[in-house]
Amino acid sequence: MALLIQYTLISSAVLILVALGGMFSERSGIINLGLEGIMVFGAMAGAMVMVLVPENWPKAAIIVCTLCAAAIAGMLSSLLIAVACINFKADQTLVGTAVNMLATAAATVIIKAFNTTRSHGSDFSAKLDYNRGYKAFIIHTSKIDFNWFEVVGLVLLVAAIVVFYKTKFALRLRACGEHPQAADSVGINVYAMRYAGVLISGFLAGIGGIIYIAAANSTWHFDYGVAGAGFLALAVMIFGQWKPERIAWSAILFAVFRSLSNVYTAIGFLHALPISGTVYNMFPYIVSLIVLAFTSQNSRAPKAEGIPYDKGAR
Amino acid sequence: MGEKISFFRRPAVQTIIASILCAVLGIFIGYIILLTMNAEHATEGMQAIITNFFKFSGNSTVLMKYMGSFLVKSMPLILCAEAILFAYKAGLFNIGAAGQYTVGIIASLYCSLALGWNWFLCVVAAIAAGALWGFMAGLLKAYFNVNEVIAGIMLNWIGLYLCNIIIGGEKCMNQTKSETFDIVSVNPSAILPGFIQDFFGGNKYTTIAIPATIIIAIAILVVLNKTTFGYELKATGHNKEAAKYAGMNAKRNIILTLVISGAISGFAASQFYLTGMEHYTISASVPGMGFSGIAVAFLGGLHPIGTIFAGLFVEYITLGGQYLNTNYYNPQVADLVIAIIIYLCGFVLFFKTLVNRPAKVKVNANAEPATKSAKAEEKEV
Repeated sequence: MALLIQYTLISSAVLILVALGGMFSERSGIINLGLEGIMVFGAMAGAMVMVLVPENWPKAAIIVCTLCAAAIAGMLSSLLIAVACINFKADQTLVGTAVNMLATAAATVIIKAFNTTRSHGSDFSAKLDYNRGYKAFIIHTSKIDFNWFEVVGLVLLVAAIVVFYKTKFALRLRACGEHPQAADSVGINVYAMRYAGVLISGFLAGIGGIIYIAAANSTWHFDYGVAGAGFLALAVMIFGQWKPERIAWSAILFAVFRSLSNVYTAIGFLHALPISGTVYNMFPYIVSLIVLAFTSQNSRAPKAEGIPYDKGAR
Repeated sequence: MGEKISFFRRPAVQTIIASILCAVLGIFIGYIILLTMNAEHATEGMQAIITNFFKFSGNSTVLMKYMGSFLVKSMPLILCAEAILFAYKAGLFNIGAAGQYTVGIIASLYCSLALGWNWFLCVVAAIAAGALWGFMAGLLKAYFNVNEVIAGIMLNWIGLYLCNIIIGGEKCMNQTKSETFDIVSVNPSAILPGFIQDFFGGNKYTTIAIPATIIIAIAILVVLNKTTFGYELKATGHNKEAAKYAGMNAKRNIILTLVISGAISGFAASQFYLTGMEHYTISASVPGMGFSGIAVAFLGGLHPIGTIFAGLFVEYITLGGQYLNTNYYNPQVADLVIAIIIYLCGFVLFFKTLVNRPAKVKVNANAEPATKSAKAEEKEV
């Protein structure tokens, strides 16, 4: 049971952060389907930092550097979406998909080149081993291993809730997602707000990416990407009705199902059932489909999401 | 001079130019990537991608054999792209094509290896499986208002895990080699009938998949442009509410579109796996065919015939990745080039408005309706 709680905490940290990222982007009017790709970029940058940090650095420095690298990589890759969708009015679904494809291919190429250079041509794999960095994040207690990532997730969640409900900035951001023309007419710079929304989503999804790969593993094969976690986070966001506190609750629900696939062997009665382990892998996706089917009917998506802002439109 | 401008302002010409520009720019950026990875061998690497299997051009039999295999591999890609294009015309982004392709693999391989059906029944089963997967996405979209992209992604993963369970079982998979049995040795009746194999240097994988793909592309062109159904689909895609107001059954159209789109994706899987060219192995990620299909559809200017050429091009580049010297580069560079090309496709609309802009300045008053009608024409393709 302790194992289940441990896994649930860590997966909910991932889902909460990435779903919050999606929320900020969609609230500003840009559908961010590239979350998955941004996660991959964030994960790649974070993992590379963990491999590269010198042996003698203190834990705190490793943690800060890793998170910063992931966040910066996430923001840079989200610029790909921002530039295409905001300045060039591109189809947001298409660009998001392109970024996802780009991320997996680019991460594979970069990590392979990285490995080849570091090993002087003996290691061609797309696998990174960051055991030392992985250990730096763990907080041992008697029953459950906590993780600094969970603390980061909690802090960012609280920050997101405060920003979302208590600041002028978020009010303006939300206006741009509902009726950008009206927002523009009262002097809000719609383009700037949308850039802010996408960049925040890049920041959060980048950190979510590094948590996803480094929370329970000490190695990662980058040719797999992040296995649909970004899309799961989008489902969490829709289930959470584009509101931060509801997103947190629904992320925890999804995380429980996701963790079951990792730990079912340790839970007696589940292991005894004559079901193949692959079935548990399917669980989070089936549950999210069913949940979406029942919650999407009255969903209150931001009104102007997905529509490029055209100043002259009536 | 005036004639020249009107030539460049024709939507079809613009689409072709835009696609070629995307492809050229993508290859150019790919070249820069090769340069940053290893400057010495970059030119040689790019040459390897572009020369591809034509390096065998000295021997015409070998060349035609490679050409045949290249065509066999392109066909499922083109079919997936046609499926995505068809749904996109009705305003639906069928990212679930990858999952529909995967369940197509389940049906075609299970029916051929475990049940011993002949090729025709296997193809029908694959079509039905793909259609069922499309139907689920359509149902969720039409009656439960679930975004088809999210539903598609979830169904993709469910399809992948189902495939690993069913095809990974003892009936279909050689457990020691962890790949599916050879269809030729287990059940030769499930292999698709050949198609001018002698022409392709005795390549035993060239099957009726090649003419079938072309027929489907033409059929989609006709359905979209010459039938009431196609018109309704496009109308629903342009404006769902207006279509409803005009008496069209929007919900039925959404479901039907995704069913047809899914059927084509399922068909694509059967046309590849029933050639016996490749075995299915347990995979941790959804087959990339459906995703590359998106690139192909957009690169082909969302035109059924353009898609054929775009599909050949994309497969050519992917194949070219394997000719790279692995001492300096890895084959995924080709995937990267394709991803860049699809990203660039997002800028096509901007490119078109840029090209159309000068006229706006020239004739002020009449400019707006003119460009509007031009845009409408573009969408109608």
